[in-house]
Amino acid sequence: MHDLILYIQSYLDSDRTPGAAGNIFWATVYILLVFVGLSVAVICMNWLERKILAHMQVRLGPMRVGPHGLLQPIADAIKLLLKEDIIPAEADAVVFWVAPFIVVLAAFTVFVVVPFGRTHAITDMNIGILFMLGVSSLSVLGIVTAGWASNSHYPLMGALRSSAQMVSYEVAMGLAVVSAIMMSSMNVEGTGTLSMIGIVEAQKAQGEWFIFKFFPLGIIAFGVFAIAMVAETNRAPFDLPEAESELTAGFHTEYSGFRWSLFFLAEYSAMIAVSSIAVTLWLGGWLRPFPNALTGDIWELVFSLFPGITFLFLAGMCFYSTARMPKHPLFKIQTMGLGGFGAALAVIGLILFLPPVRVRVVDIYWFSAKVAGFMYLYIWYRGTFPRYRFDQLMKVGWKVLLPTGLALLILTALVGMRTELWADIQETLHL
Amino acid sequence: MTDPNTLSPLDLDTPDKTFLDANELVINMGPQHPATHGVLRVILRLDGEKVLGLECVIGYLHRGVEKIAENRTYTMFNPYVDRMDYVAAVSNGLGYCEAVEKLLNVEAPPRAQYIRVILTELNRMASHQLWLGTHALDIGAITPLFYTFRDREEILKIFEKYCGARLTTHAFRIGGLQYEAYEGFEKDVKNFVSFVKPKIDEYEELLTTNRIWLERTKGVGVISGKDAIALGVTGPVLRASGVKWDIRKALPYANYKNFDFEIPTGANGDTYDRYIVRMVEMRQSLRIIAQAVEGIPEGPIMAKVPKVMKPPVGEIYHSIEAPKGELGYFIVSDGSTQPYRIRVRPPSFVNLQALDVMCRGQLVADVIAVIGTLDIVLGEVDR
Repeated sequence: MHDLILYIQSYLDSDRTPGAAGNIFWATVYILLVFVGLSVAVICMNWLERKILAHMQVRLGPMRVGPHGLLQPIADAIKLLLKEDIIPAEADAVVFWVAPFIVVLAAFTVFVVVPFGRTHAITDMNIGILFMLGVSSLSVLGIVTAGWASNSHYPLMGALRSSAQMVSYEVAMGLAVVSAIMMSSMNVEGTGTLSMIGIVEAQKAQGEWFIFKFFPLGIIAFGVFAIAMVAETNRAPFDLPEAESELTAGFHTEYSGFRWSLFFLAEYSAMIAVSSIAVTLWLGGWLRPFPNALTGDIWELVFSLFPGITFLFLAGMCFYSTARMPKHPLFKIQTMGLGGFGAALAVIGLILFLPPVRVRVVDIYWFSAKVAGFMYLYIWYRGTFPRYRFDQLMKVGWKVLLPTGLALLILTALVGMRTELWADIQETLHL
Repeated sequence: MTDPNTLSPLDLDTPDKTFLDANELVINMGPQHPATHGVLRVILRLDGEKVLGLECVIGYLHRGVEKIAENRTYTMFNPYVDRMDYVAAVSNGLGYCEAVEKLLNVEAPPRAQYIRVILTELNRMASHQLWLGTHALDIGAITPLFYTFRDREEILKIFEKYCGARLTTHAFRIGGLQYEAYEGFEKDVKNFVSFVKPKIDEYEELLTTNRIWLERTKGVGVISGKDAIALGVTGPVLRASGVKWDIRKALPYANYKNFDFEIPTGANGDTYDRYIVRMVEMRQSLRIIAQAVEGIPEGPIMAKVPKVMKPPVGEIYHSIEAPKGELGYFIVSDGSTQPYRIRVRPPSFVNLQALDVMCRGQLVADVIAVIGTLDIVLGEVDR
């Protein structure tokens, strides 16, 4: 028992990720944690999207299953699992069967290198960002095969749109990423890195999130990425592959039940994945806000209290809603459920105040909070924008984002080299 | 833009080669499709995403309304017309009642006329609001739908209070009105006018200057004024092409000549112009309502109409400006209690003809936008 505690302690105090340290046991635990965490995040996202969108659209959203519809995603999941799994007679059954798994695999594998904290990643690869871009672009394969295998017109058109869209926006995305990587090479010791953890460490070392670096270059690169990532995940206003009003449901028209839910799962985890890339590259990953301006132990303490405060705030909201619940006997279970949910959140919040937990969780908290911000943006876009047409989408990708990305690349390089460049010029001119 | 005179009929008989070897794709849009506003079936011939031609297949909602009329008395047929354009039932009723009144040579009393105008213009608002919501939804903006439906609800509440029905109202009778305006009717209408004015700004805020909305609607589904007239297109679609033709002004009916309002026209005849025209029309409707509700005279609401209506032998054509265009009723009377023949000229049906002209050479996504902008109601197309 004592050995076990020591073993756990040895990990908790380690300064490397389990994968990088070669610790297979902890790596497996992490994989399971990430998998479960991601599934829970997708479930939460499902509920939040419906609620937030509903409130933007002057309606209530799910209210019936559980208090304030809290159990709605679970009810949906059960429904989807129980539904008949239809494979159309004319479909290519094997490919049809495999396609959703490709999409899900691609969406989940990306999380191997996502750094939730300095040591909170499954592994730290020296080519982390390349791995991430590479694997996440594999999902287009699944979408194309899904559309193809359905052997039907609408899915085929959806699949074609999707492949064209994802391929063209990947280019702009890549260019924006390269400019961030170049910024990471402006460390004091002057070495760049492709490692996700390394990039965040570089932002820490340079005392600046890359979004503010070389103003306005950093923020433009971030903007290019932020647009490209929405297109990459096929979300509004770039949701042409599944444009409901045009192609019914695009590439997954013929899918139902469990297989359809896999596409759903993949879409949301892909959203989380690309948001994590954006957070890691430009928004300082797990770093808390103002790491350069508000230094000192006091500020460290204040910012480490945030996770607990957030959970207590959510608990408070639950209690407020509990108090506002109708006082009818029929609502007794719902009221108790909401109160219980609030109590659970409050307990979690209190646990998060404990010093040993606090210091280890604060990294994950800041990372998740930033990703959550992106998730909100995704929902906001969906509530606000109409959908682009296919040719306009291509125009935005190739004629706007690509030249911007290229110019950005060159400018970042020039600005980054300016000191050496200046020295060279002086030397050449014998000043 | 395609010239409707040289438009070759769509060749759909070419065998559809096993579908990926062919360059051209023939696909069915509808009758079960989220964006065809009911049960319209459009056969699209595509080259990639480009529309080479299309053919509308209609009749899925055919109920034989015109034939039914031949077996009903004039009074009994009145509720049936509500079921044609079910989002603008009041306008349908107005057109029918006025046509029969013309045939009987009676005129509704002034008080009835005013209330008719108020209800009809409210209905125009409701119809345009529904159009805006669904049109924006087709183009991918989901939020306006909920805003417009929220505000349309207020109109339906007024209808419900007035005659008990929300959608198929059967609000008017031949010769006037059956119900006196309920207590507080004027107050409700005035409240609605002041309530909905800022709401229209709200819809415009979401769409009018939205970059994506502009790109999706400008230059899409263009039809020139000449072509529009040639195809018989009426209503906001015609006005957006620059033709100032509104039956409320051109051939005044009811008592529209007493009211001060403007007819908006567009210049380019594209989807954006049609959007703007309808938005302005909503404000103009509010203007008419505000004037009418101020001036409702006292007096009877029903003219002297015989219990058993036997219009003299003859025929009559009467048309009104329904929210979607010219709604005409051609009634032939043989002197009996039942019409010998009723023929309805529905605006949606005629406007739908223009779909092919407007869509050729455009993309699939534009077909959706154009169907939305034509503002068709299949109940009226098929009757």
